[in-house]
This record gives sequence, C-alpha cells and structure tokens, in this order.
Amino acid sequence: MLETFGLTVRYGSLTAVAGVDLRLPDGEVLALLGPSGCGKSTLLRAVAGLEPGGAGRVCWDGADLAKAPVHRRGFGLVFQDGQLFPHRDVAGNIAFGLRMAGVRPTERASRVDELLELVGLSGHGDRKVTELSGGEQQRVALARALAPHPRLLLLDEPLTALDRTLRDQLAVELAELLRKTGSTAIVVTHDHDEAFTLADRIAIMREGRIVQTGSPEDVWRAPADEWVARFLGCTVILPATVAGGAARCAVGEVPTDAPPGGAWVGLRPAALRAAPDGPVRGRVAGRVHRRDRVRLTVRLDEPAGEVDTVDAVSGIAGAPRAGDAVRLRLDPDGAAVLTTYR
Amino acid sequence: MAWAGPGLSSRGRAGWGLVALALLPVAFLAIFFAWPVVAIIGLGFGEGAVLRTLGTGEVWRIAGFTVGQALASTALALLAGLPVAFLLARCRLPGLGVVRTLVLVPFVLPTVVVGLAFRVLLPDAQVGAIVLANAFFNVAVVARTVGGLWAHLDRRAEDAARSLGASRWRAFTSVQLPALLPAISSAAAVVFLFCSTSFGVVLILGGARYRTLETEIYLRTTELLDLPGAAAMSLLQLAAVLAALAAGAAGRRRRETALRLRSRTETARRPAGGEWWVLAAAFGVLTLLLTPIVALLGRSVSTADGWGLAGYRALLTRGADGTLQVSGLDAALNSLRTAGDATVLAMIVGTLASVVLVGLRRGAIARPVAETLDAALMLPLGVSAVTVGFGYLVTLHALPGDLRTSPLLVPFAQALVVTPLIVRIVLPVLRSVDERLRQAAATLGAGPVRVWREVDLALAWRAFLAAAGFGYVVALGEFGATSFLARPEAPTLPVAVAELLARPGELNNQLAYAVCALLMLLTAAVVTVVDRLRTPGLGEF
Repeated sequence: MLETFGLTVRYGSLTAVAGVDLRLPDGEVLALLGPSGCGKSTLLRAVAGLEPGGAGRVCWDGADLAKAPVHRRGFGLVFQDGQLFPHRDVAGNIAFGLRMAGVRPTERASRVDELLELVGLSGHGDRKVTELSGGEQQRVALARALAPHPRLLLLDEPLTALDRTLRDQLAVELAELLRKTGSTAIVVTHDHDEAFTLADRIAIMREGRIVQTGSPEDVWRAPADEWVARFLGCTVILPATVAGGAARCAVGEVPTDAPPGGAWVGLRPAALRAAPDGPVRGRVAGRVHRRDRVRLTVRLDEPAGEVDTVDAVSGIAGAPRAGDAVRLRLDPDGAAVLTTYR
Repeated sequence: MAWAGPGLSSRGRAGWGLVALALLPVAFLAIFFAWPVVAIIGLGFGEGAVLRTLGTGEVWRIAGFTVGQALASTALALLAGLPVAFLLARCRLPGLGVVRTLVLVPFVLPTVVVGLAFRVLLPDAQVGAIVLANAFFNVAVVARTVGGLWAHLDRRAEDAARSLGASRWRAFTSVQLPALLPAISSAAAVVFLFCSTSFGVVLILGGARYRTLETEIYLRTTELLDLPGAAAMSLLQLAAVLAALAAGAAGRRRRETALRLRSRTETARRPAGGEWWVLAAAFGVLTLLLTPIVALLGRSVSTADGWGLAGYRALLTRGADGTLQVSGLDAALNSLRTAGDATVLAMIVGTLASVVLVGLRRGAIARPVAETLDAALMLPLGVSAVTVGFGYLVTLHALPGDLRTSPLLVPFAQALVVTPLIVRIVLPVLRSVDERLRQAAATLGAGPVRVWREVDLALAWRAFLAAAGFGYVVALGEFGATSFLARPEAPTLPVAVAELLARPGELNNQLAYAVCALLMLLTAAVVTVVDRLRTPGLGEF
C-alpha cells in the first residue's frame, strides 16, 4: 500500500505539489486527473523518487522511502512518449529491468515473450524500437515497466501522445491489462475519458492540491465544487433545492443522495436534449456539428435566474437550425449535483 | 521479486558522487593550469615587470600586430568559411560527407606542418602568409560552427519570407542572417582567440621580424631569458583572451535559448538560382584549402636534383651533422607514445568533467556552478600554450618527484590542451541524451553507475571514440607547450621539425618536409576515420 503524507515539491517560488496526502491500497488503479500545470506529473515523479527537492513522506506498507533511491523502489514508470532505449531492440527494452535484477537469460527470454503476448506484440521482439508506431512504442514501454513485477506502476499521460481513435482503443486495452495483472497503479492524465476508463478511483488535482477523490461515478455526479464541476464539463450551473432524493432546478430534476436543502445543478451540454415534448422552451442561437450529434446554443424563453443561454445537444437528423424554436428535456446522466459551490 | 530496503538518501548520494567525480578534473585544472598561469601573473607583477614592459613602445607594436593579424585572419576565415557552411548545411549533393571531413583536416593539422606548407607556397610574403595560414586553420571552425546551426534552422521562416515577396538574397539577409548571428559571432570569437594565440605558424613564417605576443613570450623566455618581461606579456595576452572568451560565451548563450531547431534532413535542398554562385565560392575555398597540403607533399618528394625520397630516407638519421639528438624515427615513436599518454589522461579528465557537467545541469541548484566549470574547462583552449608551458617551468619543481624532468611532463601539458576539445565533443552528445531515459533506467532498477553504462555510454560511445581520436591527433601536433617542455633527447615530431628548420642545410629541410608530410597523412587518416564516428549534428567542431 502506498501512502503519502504532506508531499510537497517546490521549484523556486513555485509550489508544484502542495502537501498531498494520498492512500492507495494494493490492486487499486488511481487516476490523477487535472488540467496541465496542476502538478500531477510532479506528484507522480515525487512518488517515483525523481524529485529530490521534495518535502513530506512517501511510504510503502508503512516504511518511509525517503532513503530508498529510485532504483531500489520497485516502482515502474511509463512516460508519455515511451522513452524506449533507442540502442536496444524491443526485447532488449523489455528485458532491461530483468537484467538489472540479475534474472537469468533463459528466464528473461520467457518473461519477455510472456509480456510481448500480454501487450499484443508477439513476435516483435527483434524489431528496432525506432521502427515502431507510437501505439506500439507505448505497448513496449508498458511491457518494459511491467517486466520486473513492479510493486507499483506509475503511468505519466501514457496515451496522450497518440491520436484519438488509437487512444480510445488503447485505454480499454490498458484498463483490462491492469486488472488482469492485478497491478497497483497511478495514472496521470488530463483526459476525462482516459481517467474514467482506467481508474477505480479518481483524484482531481488543482494547483498542487487534491481537491476531490472518489469513484468515477461519484466524481462525475457529485463534483466537490464549482471548479471541479466546470473542469468535468459543466458549462452552466443553476441554483437548486434538494428534497425527496432529487435536486430541482429551473430546467428539471436530477436524482441525488445529497441531504435536503440548498444545492446547485451543473449542466453539461449533453444534459439538455432537444425533444418535441420537452418542458424547457427556447430558440437556437448557434449550432455546431460534432461527430455523432449536433451541439446547440439555446437562448431560453424564460431565463433561469441570471442564466439565459444554455448548451444542448440534438440528434443529427432533423436537428433544428439557427433561429428555430426548440424544446429541451433534462437528461440526469449529463448533470451533476453540487452541495458546495466554493 | 524482493526489493531492497532503504539505503543512503538518493539525493545526498548523487550530490556527493558528483562532488567526488569533480575532484579529479578540478585538481588537474588547478595544478596543471591555474597554478602555472597564476604564477606567471605573479611573476609579471612581482618585479614591477608589468609596468616596465608595458611602458616600452615595442610591446604595443607587437600587441598591435598580434591583434591586427588576428583580425585579418578572422575576417578571412569568416569570408571563406560561410560559403562552405552553406554548402555543408543547406545543400543536398552527393559526396558532402567527404567534404565535411575534408574541411576538418586543416583544423587538426599540426601548426608546424601548416607553417611549413605555407612557407613552401609563399616563400616571401611573410605577413600575408601568416594571415593566410591562420585563416586556413580556422575555416573549419567557421564552417562547422555556423553550418551546425544553419543546418538546423527551421526553413519555413525563410519560406514565409519568400512567399511574402522577399528575394532569395533578401530572405537571407532578413531572416537567416539574424538567426545565424549568434553562431557567427561565437565562431568569430573562437577564431580570433586561436589566431591571436597562434604560435607555430607565426614562429615559422614570421621569423624574427614579425612577432606576436605568443612568439615574443617564447623568445623572451628561451633566448633573452627575460622571464618577468615574458610574464608581463602573458598577462596582457590573458586579459585579451578572457575578453574574447566572454564575448564568445555571450554569443553561445543567445544561441542556446532562442531557436527551435529542425533536423538537417528537413532543411537540406538541392541548390537553386544564385545559390550555385555560393557553391562555386565554397568549392573555390576547398581548392585553396587543398593547395598548401599538395604543395607540401610535392616539396617533400622533390630534391635539389629532381624527385626523390632523400627526406624520407633521412628519417633514420639525426639530420645533417646531428641536428637532432635522436633519429627521426625515434622522434616519431616518442611522439606517438607521448600523444597516447596525453590522450588517456585527457580522456579521463574530460570524461569525468563531462559527467559532472551533465549531472550539474540536471540539478536545479547548480546551474551557475556548471556554467563556471564549463567556462573554466574552455580556458586552456584560449590561454596560450606557451604561457602554460612557461608556467610549468616556473612552478612544477614544487611538486614531489620533480615533474620537470619526468617523461610525464609533456603528456600532462598536452592533455591540458586536448581536454577542452574532448569535452566539446563529448558534452553536447551527453547533453542530448534525454534525462528521462536515465530516469526510465533508474526506475527499472539501475543504480547511478549502471545508468551511466547502460544509457550514457551506450548512446555516446561513438562520441567518446571520436574524442579520443581527435585528442590524439591534436596532442600529436601540439607545439606551443611541448616546445617548452620536451627534453632535447626526447623531442616530438613538431619539435624536431622546428629544430631542423632552425639549422640550415638541404638535408635538414628535406627531413623536415618528410616529417611534416607524414604527420599530415597520419592526421588526415585519423580524422577521416574518426569523423565518420561522430553523431551527426552534435558537437561544435
């Protein structure tokens, strides 16, 4: 089990990581999610032992790692851009950690084959790493990190350098692979989809601090505050009242576990869908085609407090045009309920 | 798999490790560079020699000539080097690899050889010959330093200028030239430094009439025995060198920060339009570079009565009337051995220094320390070898075992001259290794030494080999310090050449030419092999 206590990293006057307490039980995959520059990669590197200027404690199973240098921690690290050893072939890269640990050549070879199969690159052992595609390089990087059975796997934006389609596909594969190997892992990412696909638990970071941790569903449905809600895609936040297991706001109701009283409802674009019989009326001010839907900007006929314009989505066929009147219905899956605003 | 428990703090251990590694290079620089030079400075001030010497008009005449010939040589080297830089950087033509290597040969030729080659070529034009010979050496510095940057300038800025209506020439002056200026000024500073401290060339071509500070220091020490006067002139020269180094460092700093660089394969194109004229100029320069080499080779096989190998046969003798205390062959063997020792020493010191410099840049604390050490390592390149050799004579008797009579003295002096070159070749390659590769190796269980072996050495071994090769030829040709320190019974080849030239006699001349031709061939061969080993696009020379 990994624990950090008051982990802090400063660069000059800038505090990249500010007193982070983290607890990661064995077998869990934690996503550190936050915008770029929030300190999430620095936090990961501090755990790996690569930020020597850090303060606070990093512990494994209760033992302080302050005096364990990087190469004795047994934490595998995967970089955003692989950082494969250019002078070694695929098998040579994967075997690297095994050689460092003094594993015998025959054992090494069979472990390399095992990993090649695991990441779907069987038979690629003697390929040059410079000839691999970006996706293949990341698979090799992962295999290399997994080979010496690290007790913790650290993944620093492992899929960010890849193009969108490949990223989505690899995220699913990586999630399966992490479960299959029973890995304990921290994944740093700024991509929501990646975090939600990979993680058992998500920690959201802002300006060096962790502002919320929870299951993907909790974080999605109940962001800790307005900043988290907006970071997770809410473009409109409306005041609401919680009563009888639902938060009621100007555009509809969202089920919630929150205690009765004042609250806010955060709306992502997908929370409001164009529907012929929808209760909310407005007029289309703008529309943009997305891959599988049309995004609308809708001016409400009856403004909800200070809010008079909302985002909404519609199917592509028969999507309303700019200037058309439109009716919207609230879809609770796209909405979030906040009990604190700041 | 079991993971080891806590050891020493990783931070503390890495820090102390670097300090320990730094000890040897720092001690080497302190004992074999700083101490002798400081002693010279002390000598200059000590007896009021500075004021006395600087009060004479002759010193200023010599200083003026030193600066004047250096400026002229620098201008000429720039003029000749820029077209070649363009050729190397921007053109896609077959056989450019050979040209790249060819350009480098003059730079590592022994100064004595070049001096003699120009004496063959221009027996009468003394000042002109000095300027030409100094420029000849340094075309390579301009071509490779400027070309190195030019090859990696993003060509799209130039394309944008052209698409906005600029002519090819206008695009060059308004877009490329400003981007190249840091490299040009940095190269100019280095060339100026080399030219103003150039020794062998001036000694051989200038005779007694045209003297620079460098040769004057030598003459005053060895002929006139005016040590304080020589010290005062060393001091003057040191001041000038420091100024030039500072200017060069400023240029380098700007270059490091300002530009986003591309790989050469992206920027090289087939030449077009007026660029062919530039290419013609470049090939003209290359032909001129070949001329003295060919002339010397020709002279070495021509005797008073037609072609012949008298000079080469004389290698087994000691010259006319025993000019040398040993045979030419013995001098050659001694040269090879001495240069070998010097190379080993310089590789050890240079490698350790490079490791420390790379490590220090990694740590956030140590940037200023790294920059200072970096500059200190370059100083021996600029401070005249004659001053250093002179300094050895003044100081090293204080060390146990009297190094002054030890056969290791010359290798130490040569190593000092060679080390900066080795650092310049190895350091950029080590710096180009992505820090995260080292970190990846560390997270996979490699300790600091293992990381060095598995990552740094594995990626940079070619640079190390190249550095050793270059170091070897430079040590082989080193003349300034060696001429001070080599004992008469154990001369190196360049020293032997100088001795032969100082005594009249056709056989002596013939032997000197033969020795130079051999040195030249050897140098060219080593450079050709070694240049193939370089990592393309990295390293300054």
